[in-house]
Amino acid sequence: MKQLVIDFQKCNAGRDCAHECELECAIKVFKKDDPTLAALHIKAHEDGGGHAVICDQCGDCIVVCPSEALRRNKLGVVMLDKKVCVGCYMCIGFCEKGAFEYDPDWITPYKCTSCGVCVKVCPHGALQIVEVPEPAVRII
Amino acid sequence: MDQLVFDPSKVMAIDHTRRTEYLGALLAYRTGLRTLKEVAYTPSLPDRGYNNRSLYVNVDTLEVTEKPVTQQMKDVFIGGRGFGLYHLWNAVQPTTKWNDPENEIIISPGPVCGITQYAGTGKSLVVTLSPQTEIPIDSNVGGFFGPLLKFSGFDALELQGKSTKDVILFIDGVKGLIRIDEAPEGPVDSHVLGELLTHLYAENDADLPNVSVVSTGAAAEHSLIGMLNFSFYDRRRGCVRFKQAGRGGIGTVFRDKRIRAVVCRGPKVAGDLNHPADPETIARTGIKYHKEIREQDPHQCMMRRNGTAHIVEIMNAYDLLPVHNFQFGSHPDTHKIDSSYWQQRCTQTTVDGCWYGCSMACAKGADGVVLKTGPYQGHMVTVDGPEYENAAGLGSNCGVFDPDYLLELNFYCDTYGICTITYGTLTAFIMECYQRGILNKERTGGLELTWGNAEADLEMMHQMARGTGFGKVAGLGVKKMKAHFIAQGWGDPQLINDIGMENKGLEYSQYMSKESLAQQGGYALTNKGPQHDEAWLIFMDMVNKQLPTFEAKAEALYYFPLFRTWFGLNGFCKLPWNDVVPADNSSQPEPQKVPEHVQNYVDLFTATTGIKITKEDLIMQSARVYNFQRVFNIRMGKGLRLHDAAPYRSLGPVTREEYESRTERYDKQLLDELGIDPAGKSTEEKMALHRTWRTDRFSQLMDSVYTRRGWTLDGVPTLERLRELGLDAFPEVVAVVKQFI
Repeated sequence: MKQLVIDFQKCNAGRDCAHECELECAIKVFKKDDPTLAALHIKAHEDGGGHAVICDQCGDCIVVCPSEALRRNKLGVVMLDKKVCVGCYMCIGFCEKGAFEYDPDWITPYKCTSCGVCVKVCPHGALQIVEVPEPAVRII
Repeated sequence: MDQLVFDPSKVMAIDHTRRTEYLGALLAYRTGLRTLKEVAYTPSLPDRGYNNRSLYVNVDTLEVTEKPVTQQMKDVFIGGRGFGLYHLWNAVQPTTKWNDPENEIIISPGPVCGITQYAGTGKSLVVTLSPQTEIPIDSNVGGFFGPLLKFSGFDALELQGKSTKDVILFIDGVKGLIRIDEAPEGPVDSHVLGELLTHLYAENDADLPNVSVVSTGAAAEHSLIGMLNFSFYDRRRGCVRFKQAGRGGIGTVFRDKRIRAVVCRGPKVAGDLNHPADPETIARTGIKYHKEIREQDPHQCMMRRNGTAHIVEIMNAYDLLPVHNFQFGSHPDTHKIDSSYWQQRCTQTTVDGCWYGCSMACAKGADGVVLKTGPYQGHMVTVDGPEYENAAGLGSNCGVFDPDYLLELNFYCDTYGICTITYGTLTAFIMECYQRGILNKERTGGLELTWGNAEADLEMMHQMARGTGFGKVAGLGVKKMKAHFIAQGWGDPQLINDIGMENKGLEYSQYMSKESLAQQGGYALTNKGPQHDEAWLIFMDMVNKQLPTFEAKAEALYYFPLFRTWFGLNGFCKLPWNDVVPADNSSQPEPQKVPEHVQNYVDLFTATTGIKITKEDLIMQSARVYNFQRVFNIRMGKGLRLHDAAPYRSLGPVTREEYESRTERYDKQLLDELGIDPAGKSTEEKMALHRTWRTDRFSQLMDSVYTRRGWTLDGVPTLERLRELGLDAFPEVVAVVKQFI
């Protein structure tokens, strides 16, 4: 399955860039000029280093979705069918990575779909889409 | 007790998509329908939780009309159970009986019902005059009907009249039509009928989740204990499942009206159909709660794995599980029917909420059950649950510890339209009567109803569905059976009255109250009868020891019935309130109230309706409806102190065996509580001392609770209390009370 990964050897958690990845995601994917609405978030730690909030396509959200609105596409990426989604946000509450998000302007939630628009704009080349095996389905 | 650890590798490999199908009769059913009435209407969606209109249908005259939901209705009665009681009050007279045409069945979801972001928000409340208690009964039920009714444009549905032929009421909230169809000859049992009608009224397969069917089963025609099944379409299983409006015989009223089914087809559900005032607060509160379930449930009740059956082993460990008609509190075979078994037997790879967004997901299902008896022998079915009440009522209370038979009893109760709680308690009573010679094989028509005889138990249930044999007697319920057995001269009247576990005509649900004074009141000092949804205090009292004093118990019997009433006004399920609690709950003030969750409910109501309330307002909202219901009972000739009397089995040990099963505890109570040295006294002498003490203690509890509730010592709400609640605006309510003060 396609998965977005970040290399913190190259990424300095936004300290020496303009969070181009988040901004590009917000503009290109969500048509909003607001990086807080992106589907990935790079967080700097006070004591150095950082972490990224990104969907790793683990599929836990598929298990808990009551309307079967979440399915893997042929690339293995977990996709939300907005027409089927009932806006219950269980996917958000049950995501251990905090990668599923909610915008008050929308009824349906959103997350990273490994589309790669962020990869192209990272000035440090820290982001890439990799191919990894699908994890086993968990009972949640 | 050690926390049970879920082991996924032990879950039985059962295909949850396989079962017997009944769609072969679909074409015949479709062609056999005859439309009696069709009315066009304009569908609407709620605004801030209300459509401001309700639907009235008379199945005799075929009148179909809309009624406005007034501001006064919303201010005083809120919705759900409140609307049900309001409509019923206006429909009936003090002389009305359950099977009179003017009796109504009202289904109302409540303003918050239908949001999808918080757990347990798909409930509707069903209200009618009960065949068992002859006063209003209310039942809180899941499934999709309530939300779909709201999204079709109605805050309540009133069903009145008695048809001369079987009818199906169909509400199409997409096309905007209401149709009354004469039903063709065909199945009445819910697992068949529900599947047929869901497919019949859905436009296509994608539409199946947008259809919900209310139905009952064959036993509702021949007993007073019929219940209603509310369906929902389980996408992963690919089948129709049911939740039950169980208590008090609502299904019996339904069939007495010759209603075969009520079907609602609503629009495709989305997250904003309830049009709340503040969706962001609802989203934030719901997400917070979902996270709490994810983090806490695996370490607390494991509702997602076990459903409510998780407390079978807890009740057994605390000697509170009803065994052999509430005689004993534990049994060595309980492990065969506790959650360590059910979490292996129930399918764990599906989504088990009975409405969207229920992260608690307690509606477990056992798939691949092949029936051994009855008209569906050999069929493969999915059985709901079993929930705690079913495991305890159909299981331990009747001495049935075979999980396969327990599932079969559960299945047939559901499809026949029988309340599992009622059936469990009345069968336990019958089995004890059999044990004590009050009944025998001759009197039961050949049924050997000994403890644990599941075959005879099932045959009695099949008889109930056929309306034959001793099953028909059993279907009268405990109260009428007691009178029947006494009239026949079949045993000591006092013993029969002591062991028949009913109050107001309703059978006790499955908690052993004799060791918990708080639960004794929680059962008997109720509006509708002994059902734990009003005041389930046994855990608080006996397990968590949160009600140590007499005053604390009385206060709990003021607060919790009111707090729990509120769920039924708004369309909430009670379980998400305290079947998981925040990690820091025990360090909060009044942890038994789960203060963070109370605030969630306050926030959800305000965010839905736009009406700002506090937690104190919440209690006041309930108090209006609760006291109105009490006055309603009085109006119907009940509702006084004498009607709150409890059978002695619920207060203390009736028999020598019971006493001697807990000699140490009971002897210590004589010494500590009464200052009487038990040494040298016979068991009979000690039992007599206990009886006097326990009966007197219960009477004192009544005094305290009535006073705290603002009632006279006869159980009548005072005029002052009515004024505080604003119920003095209803002269008819005041007039009822004035007769007694």
